[in-house]
Amino acid sequence: MSVTAVKGGSVRLYSRFAVLIAILVASAVGISLIVGVSVGIGDMPIPLSSTYAAITNRLGWTNVDVNRIHETIIWDYRLSRALVAVFCGAGLALSGAILQSLLRNPLAEPYVLGISAGASTGTVAVIILGLGAGSISLSAGAFIGAFAAFFFVALLSNGARGGADQTILAGVAASQLFNAATSYIVTTSGNAQQARDVMFWLLGSFGAVRWPEFALVSVVVGIGLIVCLFYARVLDAFVFGDEAAASLGVNVSRARLLLFGVTAVMTATIVSMVGTIGFVGLVVPHAARFVVGPLHMRLMPACAIVGAIFMVAADIASRVLIPQQVLPIGVVTALVGVPFFAIILYRFRRAS
Amino acid sequence: MSIKADNLVWKIDSKTIIDGLSFTAQQGKMIGLLGPNGSGKTSLLRLLAGLKKPTSGRITLDGKNIAQIGRRSMAQRVAFIEQHATTNASLKVIDVVKLGRFPHRSMFSGWSTADDAAVTYALERTEMTAKRNDHWQSLSGGEKQRTHLARALAQSPAELILDEPTNHLDIHHQINLLRFVSALPITSIIALHDLNHAAMFCDELIVMQSGRIVASGSPEDVITQALLREVFSVDARVESSPYHSNPHIHFVR
Repeated sequence: MSVTAVKGGSVRLYSRFAVLIAILVASAVGISLIVGVSVGIGDMPIPLSSTYAAITNRLGWTNVDVNRIHETIIWDYRLSRALVAVFCGAGLALSGAILQSLLRNPLAEPYVLGISAGASTGTVAVIILGLGAGSISLSAGAFIGAFAAFFFVALLSNGARGGADQTILAGVAASQLFNAATSYIVTTSGNAQQARDVMFWLLGSFGAVRWPEFALVSVVVGIGLIVCLFYARVLDAFVFGDEAAASLGVNVSRARLLLFGVTAVMTATIVSMVGTIGFVGLVVPHAARFVVGPLHMRLMPACAIVGAIFMVAADIASRVLIPQQVLPIGVVTALVGVPFFAIILYRFRRAS
Repeated sequence: MSIKADNLVWKIDSKTIIDGLSFTAQQGKMIGLLGPNGSGKTSLLRLLAGLKKPTSGRITLDGKNIAQIGRRSMAQRVAFIEQHATTNASLKVIDVVKLGRFPHRSMFSGWSTADDAAVTYALERTEMTAKRNDHWQSLSGGEKQRTHLARALAQSPAELILDEPTNHLDIHHQINLLRFVSALPITSIIALHDLNHAAMFCDELIVMQSGRIVASGSPEDVITQALLREVFSVDARVESSPYHSNPHIHFVR
């Protein structure tokens, strides 16, 4: 009897493993396909086969003739852009999922810790006030501003000891403060063109990203995903609150500090590169939870995959919706995200 | 001897919440913790569960100071059910019960047969096996409390600490829960408001007032007319119940 039981168990284990591999392969194929589509779209359309050939050529696997102009466009502009979108989407979705779980609030999103407000203040300080006199890049200014806001929130919410509500309130206060500072700088010292630049940056754009950005964001989000998987069970233990987690043996303040820190670094990195792209971090975790359930060992990879695909799709939409013009990516994510969110809410209401 | 508290003091800023409190809980007994609102019951339970550190004094488990026991080791032997622990996540009963195995598993260790046995036992014991795949939001108040109990049992604890677990339950579920806890072979410390229930089910009672113990011992020794008037400010008559030998309180209008 015990032999068959063990055999049954291992068969079940193998079949679950096979399902896991199948899902991961399907996700990788899905992401590759949408990246390929994204690379092909633009003023000069490029067929998927050329994109594929250009990539395998560059990796040294094949040696197929590819149009030189196509190859340049693929390598120097579009591929890096699409891949940055993959990691930005994944990172924002992961950050949103962490914050929703830790703060036990379905409305929590990556910017709840005041990070986007801080980043925008940092940006206007560089663009308009000329802070650092050219020695500080726009991205560095955004990064510094984001972390200033994060530490402000950490201070206001009493380090890691404050509860979830205190953290959210501190985040609201920080957002108000830094948004006010941004508005103050723009209205008192900016001109119309600068105000427009700031506005465009705030709503998000993948226009300026190249390979160095890809290298940074892929490492940061990659590490973030690994930390999330390491802490998946700990995040599960937070489901009934901090006290319940502590009574299960979780080191609550260390876990909170580490996970908040990871979201802050991921979000600040992303915001400093592509601006504040809203709604991905809010919607994607809900959508993923709806499909794979609330347990984090599945939820985290699901968030990363869905976030990546959603962001690349939004980037495609931002380029094709209006001919000859690129919409700010944040506008697209909100326009697509809100109806999607309404569907989830509606189905959620019926389910409960 | 299971849990022992030794001259416990706990202060928040300058306010004294627990004021020089000592007691010993015997192995396998069910100890009822009574006292008016704000007498420090919840604070004492949190100290005993190791969630807060006492300002002075110490708590020992089988003679070992809990300040020297790691968080995880502590959770491997002491289970705590707090008041109104709820969630808006759409977890299944089985997922909640599996949380009880958290302290017994390392970061990436797989699900062992011991884990499986503990969860199956906990579900059976709390009669939640049939509901194992139901979602948290669809459960009644009694079922939620039983799920919490199952989660605590899955921790395989030697001590179980419950903070007013019968709140918001109908009388049937209140009696069921108390009967269940009193039948467990482990030490339990349970904060209760219903004095008659406490007298019926607990092996020993501890009565608190303003962070101090004002009476402790068997229900017969503790539940007296004088104590009810002094601590709870109610006029009552106490007699030995003809149905169970423990004291029964008649409140007087």
